[in-house]
Amino acid sequence: MSLDPGTEAALAEAVRDARGPLVVRGGGTRGLGGGGEVLSVAGLSGITLYEPGALTLVAAAGTPMAEIAAALAAERQMLAFEPPDLRALLGTGGAPTIGGAVASGASGPRRVQAGACRDSLIGVRFVDGSGRVVRNGGRVMKNVTGYDLVKLMAGSHGTLGVLTEVAFKLRPAPASMATLSLAGLDPERALAAMTAALGSPFDVTGAAHLPGEGRTLVRIEGLGGSVDYRAGRLAAVLSAFGAVAVERDPDAVAADWAAVRDVAAFAGRPGDVWRISVRPSDGPGVAARAGGEAIHDWGGGLVWVLVPEGTDLRARIGPVAGHATLVRAAPETRARLGTFHPEPAPVAALSAGLRARFDPRGILNPGLMDAAEAAA
Amino acid sequence: MEMPDPDRGVLARSARIVARLAAVLPEDAVISDPLETRAYECDALTAYRCPPLAAILPSSTAEVAAALRVCHEEGVKVVPRGAGTSLAGGALPTADSVILGLARMTAVLEIDTADRVIRVQAGRTNLSVSGAVAEHDFFYAPDPSSQLACAIGGNIAMNSGGAHCLKYGVTTNNLLGVTMVTMAGEVIEIGGAHLDPAGLDLLGLICGSEGQLGVVTEATLRILRKPEGARPVLIGYDSSEVAGACVSDIIKAGVLPVAIEFMDRPCIRATDDFSGAGYPDCEALLIVEVEGSEDEIAEQLGLILQIARRHDPVELREASDADEAARIWLGRKAAFGAMGQLGDYICLDGTIPVSSLPLVLRRIGELGAEYGHRVANVFHAGDGNMHPLILFDANAPGQLASAEALGAEILKLCVEVGGCLTGEHGVGIEKRDLMSVQYAPADLEAQMAVKDVFDPGWLLNPAKVFPLDASSAHRVAAE
Repeated sequence: MSLDPGTEAALAEAVRDARGPLVVRGGGTRGLGGGGEVLSVAGLSGITLYEPGALTLVAAAGTPMAEIAAALAAERQMLAFEPPDLRALLGTGGAPTIGGAVASGASGPRRVQAGACRDSLIGVRFVDGSGRVVRNGGRVMKNVTGYDLVKLMAGSHGTLGVLTEVAFKLRPAPASMATLSLAGLDPERALAAMTAALGSPFDVTGAAHLPGEGRTLVRIEGLGGSVDYRAGRLAAVLSAFGAVAVERDPDAVAADWAAVRDVAAFAGRPGDVWRISVRPSDGPGVAARAGGEAIHDWGGGLVWVLVPEGTDLRARIGPVAGHATLVRAAPETRARLGTFHPEPAPVAALSAGLRARFDPRGILNPGLMDAAEAAA
Repeated sequence: MEMPDPDRGVLARSARIVARLAAVLPEDAVISDPLETRAYECDALTAYRCPPLAAILPSSTAEVAAALRVCHEEGVKVVPRGAGTSLAGGALPTADSVILGLARMTAVLEIDTADRVIRVQAGRTNLSVSGAVAEHDFFYAPDPSSQLACAIGGNIAMNSGGAHCLKYGVTTNNLLGVTMVTMAGEVIEIGGAHLDPAGLDLLGLICGSEGQLGVVTEATLRILRKPEGARPVLIGYDSSEVAGACVSDIIKAGVLPVAIEFMDRPCIRATDDFSGAGYPDCEALLIVEVEGSEDEIAEQLGLILQIARRHDPVELREASDADEAARIWLGRKAAFGAMGQLGDYICLDGTIPVSSLPLVLRRIGELGAEYGHRVANVFHAGDGNMHPLILFDANAPGQLASAEALGAEILKLCVEVGGCLTGEHGVGIEKRDLMSVQYAPADLEAQMAVKDVFDPGWLLNPAKVFPLDASSAHRVAAE
């Protein structure tokens, strides 16, 4: 059985009336659901406000990403955080929704320059675990009025409330783009090349290393003349690491970065997929300890690894300043290892305290984020 | 401004409390002489003053933790204070509180240009963070206008912005980690040099919580390589509607300037008289700044000037060298000083959707006439963050009250058109009682639930942010 409310008020009523756990679902593309009655947000759909001249968009949480992308493309604008589409990686179907993107807090390669999902998000409406409608932030991009629950809701995976509406600040879509690539670097050299690019004044919007293909990629975006200029200057910087190829065809550039964003190299291949967030300079070491195959994004600060099924990756990499999230695995592995990295006790206590206040009955995606805590 | 009655028990125990603090802190770090505590009676919102019970100046996270444990055990309220530059009264003490000043915590703990981070103690000033990495050609992006004086700890508490946040974001977008001491004296680490949180985004919650969830003692900040260059252009228009349309068209055209500043006629006149910047006599003046190499600047400015000309400007002024660029910025940077010459003023910072700009400016003019105060507007137009400056005479009876009443009307207007009460200064004491204009009771309850979790005794930075009637049940439950 599933609940499919068509309005925020009906959704709030459904939460108030719930007698057991609810599995909050946008497009159902993440495959994270536990046990319980499915509460679909898909019925809350549609762009409610779009002002291109103010770089602002507000949409109901169940609005399909495709609808938003099309509306933005018509005005040559975009969501700056480059939300990933992990359906091929996860082997799931469904249509990704904007609320799902916010709930998972996922951000693509442009994270290094334009910030994460939470940095683009400027307002939310949600229904808490008691069925109360709560509003925070708004539709303006500078707002320090009261506590920032907007950031808290991004990446809370539906455990604090069910998102019903989200507001974003947007970016102009780049008129022009380029990928500079190097071949055959080992992870340490690739890190050095990415660091040189990101530490340059040339406004790099992506830096990734794909050992499987033996390629290291750096992206720049902007007005045509500016991209020409920076491509030339960056190629000179990167020439210290080998021969630099420059790709200027927009479709080819977009395809390369979509593959990085969606972790395409691991799609359809056996094994568990982990996502490790670390200080960039720790990236190569962590990947080496993890074993298996790696993809390095965010200039080295985000390491995706493909390891044999059931691998306890956190044990393998040992203590690290950062965290490892289990993205794709069999349910028994997920149950044994936990999706999220265990937090230090005082931090876990604060998180648990927040969940207890926002969802006192513990009915919203129970166990999804606190399983590790319970196991720790 | 209504404040809760001081805790008589705490006042009665003040000698013991001071002695206990002195026992865990260096001798010169505890200030309780009434002549000396007066130095802490207010911040930059000088209309409200109240000397604290004591002020303490710890030098390390361990000292902060030891002092907070004492205060927690004694049930003493604590008001964290960065540099005391808050325009919202964020560091205003209560008579029964201890000021915890960060002035001695200014060290740089780590600089890593490869990982593009700096770690500092929270009392370090904003500008000196950039100063610490300038030799490597890096900088820290958020640039509040008080950046010479304001402390990073205060920036984090208020989620401070600045003129360049259209491109670089505000404090929360540039903060990667904190060491924070809870009111109970527990030291916790949140975030670090990595880019995203392990679980719930507690860092995002702490930033902008106005020192009510914990005392941030150290911060890891994102640093960026300096751009090759930057240059402003000045554009004057006959009407604010047209200037607003020009801003909107620039944004729609796909250029992302680092700053778009807007001044209205009263502000242009005052700043020009004061600074001699040579601004044109017109209704609205825009300063648009772009960054990059010479050629990149030329490309962007070419596009911006083309758009500006379509709107029939009365003045278009380019800068051919650094001196001319400085002259374009001269009046804008002197705006607050210039207004100070004209009298006392209240500076608001409500934010509005950019599309409402003409309506809001017109209504502010009408409201100003109604209340009998001159209002000048200078603001960050790219992001809709207004700074109406309401002039008044502090020595004339009733003037402060009527200026405040006008301010409240202007902020209500900002909320009505879809904006908010404060874009970068914070709520503090100044906008506390207006919070229910923007938020419904359930919205405020959700925020206060966060406070209950982090500071169950409601001891940190008391009587700020939440209207007293809204918070009373929480505060009573905390006792």
